Amino acid sequence: MNETDVKFLENSFKKYYFNHFDLISTPQRTSEREFGYQKFNSGFFNRHISLKDDKELHLLFMQNTPSDVYCSNAYYTFPNSPMSEKDWKEADLIFDIDAKDLNLSCRKNHTLSICNQCNEISKDSNQCFKCNSSKLEKKSLPCKNCIDASKIEVQKLSNILINDLGIDEKNIHVYFSGNEGFHVYVFNSQFQQLGSKERSELVDYIMFNGAIPETFGMKKFKPNRSLFPNFDEKGWNGRFSKQVFGSKSKRSKIISELLTNGYSSFQKTLNEISEKIGVKIDPNVTMDIHRIFRLPGSINSKSGLTKLLCTDITKFDPYVDACFLNDDYVEVLANCPIEFKLKNKKFGPYVNQKISIPTYAAAYMICKKLATIA
Amino acid sequence: MLVLGQDEKAKYPFLADAGEYLKDKGFSLTQFGNDPVLKLSVEKALHRIKVAAAGEVYKSDLIDGQASKDYVLEREVFSFLLAIILIKLTGMSTLVKRFALAEARRAENYLEKDLGNASNKSKIDLAIRIIFDLFNIEIIKENDFFVMPVSDYLKHSVTFHEREWKLINRHVENGKVFLTPDKTVRLIRKELGNYISSKITNAPKPSMIPGLESIVDELISISKKLTPTYTITTGEYPPCIKHAIDILEKGENLPHSGRFMLATFLLSRGQTVQQIAPLFKNAPDYNSRVTLYQLNHLAGTSGSTTKYACPSCEKLKTQDLCFITKECDNIINPSQFGKKRK
Repeated sequence: MNETDVKFLENSFKKYYFNHFDLISTPQRTSEREFGYQKFNSGFFNRHISLKDDKELHLLFMQNTPSDVYCSNAYYTFPNSPMSEKDWKEADLIFDIDAKDLNLSCRKNHTLSICNQCNEISKDSNQCFKCNSSKLEKKSLPCKNCIDASKIEVQKLSNILINDLGIDEKNIHVYFSGNEGFHVYVFNSQFQQLGSKERSELVDYIMFNGAIPETFGMKKFKPNRSLFPNFDEKGWNGRFSKQVFGSKSKRSKIISELLTNGYSSFQKTLNEISEKIGVKIDPNVTMDIHRIFRLPGSINSKSGLTKLLCTDITKFDPYVDACFLNDDYVEVLANCPIEFKLKNKKFGPYVNQKISIPTYAAAYMICKKLATIA
Repeated sequence: MLVLGQDEKAKYPFLADAGEYLKDKGFSLTQFGNDPVLKLSVEKALHRIKVAAAGEVYKSDLIDGQASKDYVLEREVFSFLLAIILIKLTGMSTLVKRFALAEARRAENYLEKDLGNASNKSKIDLAIRIIFDLFNIEIIKENDFFVMPVSDYLKHSVTFHEREWKLINRHVENGKVFLTPDKTVRLIRKELGNYISSKITNAPKPSMIPGLESIVDELISISKKLTPTYTITTGEYPPCIKHAIDILEKGENLPHSGRFMLATFLLSRGQTVQQIAPLFKNAPDYNSRVTLYQLNHLAGTSGSTTKYACPSCEKLKTQDLCFITKECDNIINPSQFGKKRK
């Protein structure tokens, strides 16, 4: 990113942090967390920082004009020590739902490829049509469909967390990630002290990975129809029934079919429905108990949008509700062949055009490497 | 601390304090080497170890956890305590492991019966208390099931490799896992084994008891035959690693977790950082400085000296990095691929 663009983003972000520090939620037990930040154009990750309170956090923002700020889900005795000496105590449970992992058909319509060799921007492709390089960086401008599909996954996840895993609804916080999805935080649960392996089992449970036919009543030898789950059962039995049987009246007929098709076919059915009824979370995020996550209320430098707490996810529109940069007009040279919408206003498509647009829209494109300050 | 009756001590002899028990009964260790009557207990102890070494569970003289005569109960406890002494005298860790596992499985049978005994509440309560006292798992009986918090279940079940133990294959409701008596007890088998093995390891090593030398020698030779050796029979890479290399060769993006797997695997096969680094050259975001830094970190040659191990097959499955073939032959970590038990 060139110097002028960096200056522009730093100034815009700084103004946001100055005016909206109230949106930054200082995490509970601040002094036990590890903080980290990055600056524009710097490959260096400043980690292992400990802060006492919101004043010190404020100072970090004002002194460093960071591009991104992070905070650990873990609680440590010595958060500023090297990893092996931090003395890990426990960690909140965090789930990452990202539109890019949902295999949505709309993706190809709003994904761009930027060539690392010649900077050519083209619609989603595997090779640069100008220099034939295969080293391409993908940038997506997620659409409403992406966000809606992510919201459905959040709702599926919340349902399992509350009903299966017994988590109190007030301890589940959903945040828009600032780019393409949602982060779901679970506080004060029985899972706080679980290590990475145990969390990976929770992940498989939530994603419906590794189910065996016996769990859903199908035995290898002498199968018995009375063992199949009922429609109204709780947990995965109920969700399986609803997905596979469709309705109560079809249950008996479908069980007969399943019995005729046999054990291996049943296993195949389980693998197939896992795609549909399993929640599509990023397994690596939940398994990692030493990760630092984007701080709620901070700006995501991949988009210029804010990572924001969603109090009512059904009504939440990230392109209105999480867009906080100012409306001052700025001139940019844009190369963004896809239309996008921010604050209910349409922008683009632009093909190497010099345009004057509000700061929030300019920042959005610059963050995605689709524009530069003119 | 649990207060146990004599029949409970016979079922769960590892809960008894060895030294105290013998003292209470008025015996010294040396008597077991020469007293012909007490030698019967020694023979029973030897039998108990041999059965365990063969991977089987010792069948005691108890019937439904009861004995017709008191001396039968006593011999049950004696033979267990003497077995520990004999194992200590051999100094063979293989025997400790085998014996602890077999004894855990024996106790498991009793615990399972006690938990499943719907007509005797005190037996259920005792089994529940043993599980709580030893492993800090709080179990509640709910109809025909035993219910425990999901987090407690996970702490124990993660060590199992069979898919039936995955949380997805359990009934889970409101933060609790529902288990039958046999699964409840099976869940703690390993810990029970660890508990028994730590009791053996921590017991003081007695000096040789005259009269028991030949038995100890016999056990040492049994133990030596049990120790498996592994040899590498093929230098081939497992399918997950081949797949990762393929992706990189095509210049496609291999996720961070895949790179971690590949690097730790190759390091475990003895390759150097310099040999591994060029593999990542085709990655879309390749940066030689960062690659070397990260490889050195994994090898434990920079930063903390922690050497990272290749993730387990189970973990790789979760990360969508597993491409199992029948050549994998039930291994639990890619680094075991192609190694054969002699």
